[in-house]
Amino acid sequence: MSWHQKSVAQLSKALINKEISSFELSTYYLERMADSRNLNAYLDTLPELSLAQAKEADTLRAQGKAGPLTGIPIAHKDVFVSKGWATTAASKILEGYISPFDAAVVEALGMPSERHPHAAGMVCLGKTNMDEFAMGSSNENSAYGPVLNPWNTKCVSGGSSGGSAVAVAAGLAPVATGTDTGGSIRQPAAFCGLTGIKPTYGRVSRYGMIAYASSLDQAGPIGKTAEDCALLLSAMSFHDPRDSTSLTDSGEDYARHLHSSWSDKDQNKPLAGLRVGLPKEFYADGLSSEVAQALLVAKDALHSLGASVCEVSLPKTQLSIPVYYVLAPAEASSNLSRYDGVRYGHRAKEYSDLVQMYQRSRSEGFGEEVKRRILVGSYVLSQGYYDAYYLQAQKIRRIIAADFQAAFNQCDVILGPVAPDVAWNLGEKSKDPLQMYLEDIYTLSTNLAGLPAMSVPCGFSKGGLPIGMQLIGNYFSEARLLQVAHQYQLVSDWHLRYPAEVSA
Amino acid sequence: MDINEVHHIAKLSRLELSPAEAEAVLPQLTAIFALVGQMQAVDTSSVDPLPHPILFIRDLAQPLRPDTVTEHEARENNMANAPAQDRGYFLVPRVIE
Repeated sequence: MSWHQKSVAQLSKALINKEISSFELSTYYLERMADSRNLNAYLDTLPELSLAQAKEADTLRAQGKAGPLTGIPIAHKDVFVSKGWATTAASKILEGYISPFDAAVVEALGMPSERHPHAAGMVCLGKTNMDEFAMGSSNENSAYGPVLNPWNTKCVSGGSSGGSAVAVAAGLAPVATGTDTGGSIRQPAAFCGLTGIKPTYGRVSRYGMIAYASSLDQAGPIGKTAEDCALLLSAMSFHDPRDSTSLTDSGEDYARHLHSSWSDKDQNKPLAGLRVGLPKEFYADGLSSEVAQALLVAKDALHSLGASVCEVSLPKTQLSIPVYYVLAPAEASSNLSRYDGVRYGHRAKEYSDLVQMYQRSRSEGFGEEVKRRILVGSYVLSQGYYDAYYLQAQKIRRIIAADFQAAFNQCDVILGPVAPDVAWNLGEKSKDPLQMYLEDIYTLSTNLAGLPAMSVPCGFSKGGLPIGMQLIGNYFSEARLLQVAHQYQLVSDWHLRYPAEVSA
Repeated sequence: MDINEVHHIAKLSRLELSPAEAEAVLPQLTAIFALVGQMQAVDTSSVDPLPHPILFIRDLAQPLRPDTVTEHEARENNMANAPAQDRGYFLVPRVIE
C-alpha cells in the first residue's frame, strides 16, 4: 500500500515506528501535488514552509514531544485565514491577501508555540480551492477555476469544500479541513468517496474562519475514514473565548466510542440497540434510483450489525430550501459588507467618490453567485419584506428543529442520502442557480437546526462515481455518529477504494 | 420584482450593476423569490423565530472577559493589506469638502 492510501491512524503508527519521517512524508505529498496540478485542488502552496514545519515536527518527535497527529500533513480550506499562505476564500476581492493571524483551527492543528503549546503539530500542505466565500455546491463558483473530480475529471467535485475533498480523494493530502453551511463538507465528501463530519454548531471555533452565514457555518474534517475524522475533530474542537458562539463544553475525545458496542444487548452485534430512522420525505421523488438502491444496501448492513430500522418523518424537508436561501443570503449580505476596499482586499482603479469606490470595488471583486446572494439578502432584510421573508424563515426554522426532535424520540440516528444523485458533469447546472440550490435538499435542514451530520461512502453508480450516505445525530452526539460510521466501515470497503489513476 | 427593484437592492448592497447585468439577474431573482414564496403557505402564527440554532437547546450565554490588553501593537502587520495608506492611516477619497 502506498503512503497516500494510508489513513491518518496508519500514518500516525508509521511515524511512531520510524518507518518514515514527517519530512519524507511531506516531501512525498508535495511531489504528488506538483504532479496533479490539473485537478486544481490547491490555491496556494509553499513547499519550503511546509517542509520547515515537517522538520520541526520531526524534532518534536525526537524530543519525545509528539502527539498522535504530530508530523501528519493536512490541507486547509482557503476559508481559514493563515499566516504565510495567501487566503482568498477563492474570491478575487481577496486576491493576494495575507492574514496577520491564524484561524483558531489552523492554530490548533499547526505547530506548537509558546502561545499554543498543545497544538497538534500537523504540517500544512497548502490552502484548498472552494466555491467563492463557500457559496456553491460544485466548486464551479471559485474565481480560480473549478476543481476536477478524480473519479471522473469531467465531473464536479461537489462544493463548497471541493478542493479539500479532491486533495484527500486524489492522495494529495491524508486529511483536510472543510466548512459546512448547508452541506459543504458532506456533499463534496460524498461526491469524492470520502468520510466527512459537520459537528454540532458551536463545537469548532469560527475565529479566523471567513464568514458566510454565521448562524449556520461550522467547520469539520474530511478524511478517508470515520476514525480519521474522530482524531481530527478531537484536535479541532475546544472552547474558544474568541468566538462568542463557541460552546463552553466543546472539548472531548470523539474517538472514545469507536471500538465499543452501541449497547451490551448482544455481544455478537456491535450496533444492537441502535435505532436507525429513515425519514420518508428523504426517500421520495427526486432521489435517483442508484442512490436509493445504495442506501437500501447500507440500511441492511446496519441491520445485520444489530440496528433496528424504523420510518420517521421530517415534514418540512422541502421547505428547508426556501428557508435556507432566505437566511443564508441575509446573513451573507451583512457579513460581506466588510469588503469595502478600504482596509484590505481589492480596490477599483477608477472612482469619483467614496460610494462609487465601494460599489466598483465590490462589483469587480465579487463573482456572480456572491453578488446574487448579496442581492437576495438585501431584499429579504429590506423594509417591507423583513416580516414576510426573514422572520417567516426564522419561524419555519424552529419548526424544522422541532421536527428533528420528534424524529429523535423514535430513533438514535437518521439515515438518508447526502445528495439526490452522484456528481454531475462540469457545466451541467452552472447556468441555472436555482437548479443547483435544489441539490442541497438533504443537507440544509441540519445546518438550520444546528445538528451534527456525517457523510459516509456506501456505494458507486454504474458510471463508477461514489455515493455517500448521510448519518444525522442529535445535538452533541458526534462520538456516537462516528461510532456507527466506524462499525459500518469495519464491514464495508467503499471508503477504501481509489480512483484508477490514484491507485498507483 | 421589476428592474427598478433590482437597481434599488443593488444600491442597498453597494453593488454597481450595468443595465445588461441587471436584466440578466432579474429572471434569476424572480425564480428564487418564487421558490421562497412557498414559505407563505405555512401557518407560523404561534411560532417564535429561531435566529440561532443553539437557542433551540439552551440560552446563549453572553460571554464576558476581563477588560485587559490581550493584543500587542502590530499596526504595520495589520495594515499590510491596505490598498492605500499613509503614515498609519487608511486613505479614502475625500468625504468632507
